[in-house]
Amino acid sequence: MTGTLLVPAAAPEDTGAADALRELRRARARRTRRAVALLALALLAALAVRVLLGRYTVTIPDFFAILAGERIPGASFIVLQEKLPRAVLGALAGIALGCSGALFRRVLRNPLASPDILGITYGAAAGAVAGTALWGLRGTAVSWAALAGALLAAALIATASVRLRGGGIVGERFLLAGIGVAALAQAVTAAMLTRLALNSAQDAAVWTAGSLSAATWERITVLGACLLLAVPAAVAVHRALEPAELGPELAAGLGAHPGRSRALALGVGVLLAAAATAATGPLAFVALMSTPVATALTRGRTSILACALVGAVVVVAADSVGSDLLSGTQLPAGVVTGAVGAPVMLWLLVRQRRGAAA
Amino acid sequence: MSPELHAVADPAADAPAFRMRGLSLGYGDRAVVREVDLDIPHGGTTVLIGANGCGKTTLLKGLSRQLKPLAGTLEADGRGVREWHARQYARSVSLLPQSPVVPEGLTVAELVERGRHPHRRWWGAPSPDDDAAVARAMELTELTALAGRPVEELSGGQRQRVWIALSLAQRARTMLLDEPTSYLDLAHQVDLLDMLRGLEHPDGPGRATVVAVLHELNLAARVADRLVAMAAGRIVAVGSPAEVLTPELLAEVFGLRADVARDPVGGRPVVLPRGRAREGPHPAPPADPVALDPAPGARPAETVRNLP
Repeated sequence: MTGTLLVPAAAPEDTGAADALRELRRARARRTRRAVALLALALLAALAVRVLLGRYTVTIPDFFAILAGERIPGASFIVLQEKLPRAVLGALAGIALGCSGALFRRVLRNPLASPDILGITYGAAAGAVAGTALWGLRGTAVSWAALAGALLAAALIATASVRLRGGGIVGERFLLAGIGVAALAQAVTAAMLTRLALNSAQDAAVWTAGSLSAATWERITVLGACLLLAVPAAVAVHRALEPAELGPELAAGLGAHPGRSRALALGVGVLLAAAATAATGPLAFVALMSTPVATALTRGRTSILACALVGAVVVVAADSVGSDLLSGTQLPAGVVTGAVGAPVMLWLLVRQRRGAAA
Repeated sequence: MSPELHAVADPAADAPAFRMRGLSLGYGDRAVVREVDLDIPHGGTTVLIGANGCGKTTLLKGLSRQLKPLAGTLEADGRGVREWHARQYARSVSLLPQSPVVPEGLTVAELVERGRHPHRRWWGAPSPDDDAAVARAMELTELTALAGRPVEELSGGQRQRVWIALSLAQRARTMLLDEPTSYLDLAHQVDLLDMLRGLEHPDGPGRATVVAVLHELNLAARVADRLVAMAAGRIVAVGSPAEVLTPELLAEVFGLRADVARDPVGGRPVVLPRGRAREGPHPAPPADPVALDPAPGARPAETVRNLP
């Protein structure tokens, strides 16, 4: 297609203008790539700090020797059964939550729209506590109960927000239904906790705070397998949402199916949040924080990879802080992310009120 | 016509851009556009006029495949619109709706590039064709200097030009535009409409087909090859601006009491509004403020038609 739109008088300038556009786009892409590379380095650094430093320090040669299979009394056990699984599970959960947050944000176009505000993660907590209280579940079975809780919460929200005639999910209704379901799930969790015996109530309380202390290689395998399927799907769906962002009418005019891609994106987002929460418990505010932080780092353009990496860095760093860096006490990672996330949320609200794009 | 002949003939060669027969469109069971019979030919500017809520936007939604016809048929280039593949249709017919949404964190060039969606493969970087179309669209709308600016920082009029550029970058043969002049100052409105008149068919000889909803009747008269006047979901008049813009029709369609003069330059009709038709058959515009309650015995619109 070489024809110009109007009188072809400006044809020679066309190539120059097109080159300028290409250069502009490349500069933006370079900036995004640089941000993603820096975030990947930051994640490596956070993982290294988590595994090598802390209350029990491992030297780098020892760490690689342990990985190679050498048995160092004490160190081998602590690295392979405690430090490394926690770090890896935290990174995976963070990636899942970051992707999920980016999808929710792009579909619902609201800085506060994320699976942790909208009751998906609270639903998972309610499912886990209900499983423990009513059926006496233990260990991995609790994770499955959490997954069921998250999916049930998502189904409730979807039922409340889908328009019967014409189809499609209505954004504002999804937000309101999500906040309602969050409150309901928290009420269920509180009610169930009162029914539990004292020591299992304490276990459940640790779980509902969001903790990596139960990290095992088995959980890592399950979550890793989920992510292997869901993260590529999330990247693809995030891109497919581009026309839908322009509003349903313009998207349809561009030959896209905005309703379909939005529903698909929310489905993938719910699955990612549910899988992460089932493995670790609800890590507060990670999904909410990662998108605006990543957007600030890439200067505006939303890259779902950057969101995923921010999520991973936040969770691994929070676990380091909670378990090693505070003298005297050990806090679950979810408590630390909540403590960091609450001010970030307030900052977002203030920015939104000023009219700046968050 | 035998089916073989039908299959061989290029349907786009002489078929109109749109052919509507007994077309009803609406939401749920409620018809907003009723029993419309209309052909919109290729290669000209057709402007839809009518009062608020008369079904112009709904008709555009139907033409852009967003509404399934409740009754009747709707063909584009000789093919039922439902038979088209969505992306193929979007390469042939573009739509600029009234209030599109600005996504977060995009520059002007990136937003205009979204118009290339139906031409692009699902994955991969934009092609040189994409860049050329985007560059040309931005030049036509005087946005080249703003290419790297965030869209969120632009004024309403600049944003509107970005949306028009997006629609131009789509390079469809037929452009549907719903109130494209909103937010634009008068000079930019005239620029835009003149530019649309001069648009060439993107892949062939002749002019592009433009179907626009306009509220400003004098601009509509200036730009339109054909005017389509709608009232209460039906088409009440089709023809050249001089044929359609008459005092009688303005009273019927808009409830507007108006005189129609001829532009000394070009001879197009110029609408001179005098007042609401339902205020009654006063020959002169009311000097006193508009009364809050209508005068007893105020007459319906028909009486106005008899005015000179």
